[in-house]
Amino acid sequence: MNFKHKYVFLFPGLFVLIGILIFPIIFTIRLSLSGWNSYTPEMNFIGITNYIRLFTDDPRFWESFFRLSFLSVTTVILQYIIGFALALIVWREIKFKRFFRVIFLIPMMTTPVIMTVIWRTFFHESLGPVNDLLGNLGVKPILWLSDPVIAKFTVIIVEVWQWTPFMFLLLLAGLLSLPKEPFLAAAIDGASPFRKFVYVTFPLMAPISIGAIIIRLIEASKIMDTVFVLTSGGPGTATETSSFYIYIKGLREFQMGYAATLSFTYLVIMIISLTIIAKVLTKLMIKE
Amino acid sequence: MKTIKTCVTALISALLVFSPVAYADKWSDQFPHIKATGDIPGECSYESMSKKNYKGKTLKINTHAVPVMGEPTALHAEQFAKLTGAKVDVTHTPAGDLYAKAMVPFQAGQAPYDIVFGFSNFINDWKRYLEPVPKKYVEMKQMQDVTPSHIGIASWDGVMYQFPVDGDRHYLKYRKDVIDNPKYQKKYKADTGKELRVPQTWKEYGEMAAYFNGWDWDGDGEKEYGSAEVMKKDDLMYAAFYSRSAAYSKNPKTPGGFFFDLETMKPLINNPGFVEALTDWVAATKYVPPGGINFGLGDEIGSFGGGQTLFSFSWDDAFVAAMQPDSPINNKVGAAQLPGAMKVWNRTTNSWDEGFNQAPFFVWGWAVGVAKKSKEKEMAFDYLCFFANEANHQADIGIGRFGVNPFRNDDFKADVWTQIGWDKDIAQSYVDTLAQMEESKNRVFPLRVPGTFEFNAALATAAAKALAGQLSPQAALDEAAKQWEDILNRVGKDNVRAAYSVGVAMEDNKL
Repeated sequence: MNFKHKYVFLFPGLFVLIGILIFPIIFTIRLSLSGWNSYTPEMNFIGITNYIRLFTDDPRFWESFFRLSFLSVTTVILQYIIGFALALIVWREIKFKRFFRVIFLIPMMTTPVIMTVIWRTFFHESLGPVNDLLGNLGVKPILWLSDPVIAKFTVIIVEVWQWTPFMFLLLLAGLLSLPKEPFLAAAIDGASPFRKFVYVTFPLMAPISIGAIIIRLIEASKIMDTVFVLTSGGPGTATETSSFYIYIKGLREFQMGYAATLSFTYLVIMIISLTIIAKVLTKLMIKE
Repeated sequence: MKTIKTCVTALISALLVFSPVAYADKWSDQFPHIKATGDIPGECSYESMSKKNYKGKTLKINTHAVPVMGEPTALHAEQFAKLTGAKVDVTHTPAGDLYAKAMVPFQAGQAPYDIVFGFSNFINDWKRYLEPVPKKYVEMKQMQDVTPSHIGIASWDGVMYQFPVDGDRHYLKYRKDVIDNPKYQKKYKADTGKELRVPQTWKEYGEMAAYFNGWDWDGDGEKEYGSAEVMKKDDLMYAAFYSRSAAYSKNPKTPGGFFFDLETMKPLINNPGFVEALTDWVAATKYVPPGGINFGLGDEIGSFGGGQTLFSFSWDDAFVAAMQPDSPINNKVGAAQLPGAMKVWNRTTNSWDEGFNQAPFFVWGWAVGVAKKSKEKEMAFDYLCFFANEANHQADIGIGRFGVNPFRNDDFKADVWTQIGWDKDIAQSYVDTLAQMEESKNRVFPLRVPGTFEFNAALATAAAKALAGQLSPQAALDEAAKQWEDILNRVGKDNVRAAYSVGVAMEDNKL
């Protein structure tokens, strides 16, 4: 058999890879070097003008990026803690275990946009049931969506509610796959449940935890639908995230070239920061 | 024999006398939407359309989501299909995506839609991709009744690109049962020493709204509030800000631009007039309902239309919705021009001119055009002509959720509105308000220049920051003005000036 013929079989996969990954990235880079917008609808070449504008004259992008970092790190930490706790509960032999497993997964099965509309209705400050309920308890109306600080926490509440089940699912699968021997040994040694968790369960779960956290961080860093529906980035720009800002620049203001610059820069930042986060987590959570 | 002759004569006479009604009934039986008027003869009436044959052809339309404009588009598409045999595909798109959904294929040289709905201020960006409205439609009777302002809004340099289907302006809506109530007039006078009346200035508006904020003044067991306004960023809030700014910044003594100084193209949006308006608006966050800072247009319509606030100002929809028979405040609302101001900024002398000033804002509205690359242009224009025919128009303007508002001289007759159940004095105040705006010589028209979206978005972001307390009004508008300068540099001052001069000519009553 001719050695070269083997490479023919790689072509279909290679074409798909080029089509769905390489081409869009190259196209985005090229677009980012153009001034394509509503009044100049062409792929002209303007060099690195858009990049200069981004790094010298667009504080709104960087503000949205730091806001996104706060939102995604906070939500993922909360999702991890709550998801782990729920997974530990149904991992044990409790009554209605299967029922609870299904219940805990429901939020993830719902459509994010529709659920966010429902949450928005709940949190509506004059017509929503949450403030009505709090009012019956003598609590003053809370500005869930119109106070710049509280609005961020409202976004966090919705994100945590929606995506904790995903963390729960991954961690439960991890717990169910753990070997029984270390737990038996700990039981024979008379270890308390707390010590068993700290010295057996948590270390054994570390690789799965890192994977789950990284997956969720990647997803959380793309947060868009919740912000779009719940607050539209407001009040002011208090909940505007990078992806929402890119959406505004690209599809609202039709600055396609500049939006491509933002997208590509954001991609590079995310690759670098997630790689660093993965390494730091590995160092902290996995002991040699 | 004589009896038979008499009967035949009577029958013929009856047919002759009642023939228009019988003719109308023929169509209103099939299409109950026009049951109030029946078909009204014209170039694009039901009768005329029924003679067209578009069997085997497909018309593709991109319109707004249901109900506002989306519902009448779909309804008239269904009627048009029945009458002509055409197949009509209607796609519904959220307001924020209408521009991009048409613009992407336009720029790629494609025409996935024969008809695209959008806003009238898209005209500068879209006109190169739209087919001008053919002469036969421009000259027909139905078009002759459209007001000159709305012909101007639908046209560019004398060429009509958008088929008039809607007319928009911002005006004040107020609770008549409070403002005209002697009990509250007395109480307000006793408590504040001032007259309770339809607010003449934005300051009066603010004082009254603050006074009637947070207590149950209509006795329904619920708290009511001062004002419902569109304050949500990216949800048309810039239009609300221009409405509040017009009285302080549109000085009839200084023609040559409201948004920019046409001569220098210096942005004017951070001058003391605009800053005063934004300062008023920041104060308004204290008298809107809880969460009012996040109200979009739908919330504003629901809030005022649902009886939650004393005042509101925006498009007609909230007023028409409030006047529908099922509304809790049916026949309890009044209309008036936007409040004015007791001073207006003079950019020539760099000082305030004292004295009352009022400036109606002809805000952009729904607009629709036919794609230049469409292969079904004739059918597309026929559909639009049918959409806006007299019978459909009269039925549509009475349904608040449709978003079809007056733009014809005939709409400014009180009878049109009393026929659908409005009180005579309310109908009269409504049509008087609209007519006064048409007659005003100190009007503001929407910004229609290349990069309109960028300019408006920059302003909306800055104003939203001020409303949220992130920046002071002056700092916010300075930030917006700086961004406007950047956009001008990117787009080219001369490009923007050339386009802006058309709007300025309308504002300066030269067109």
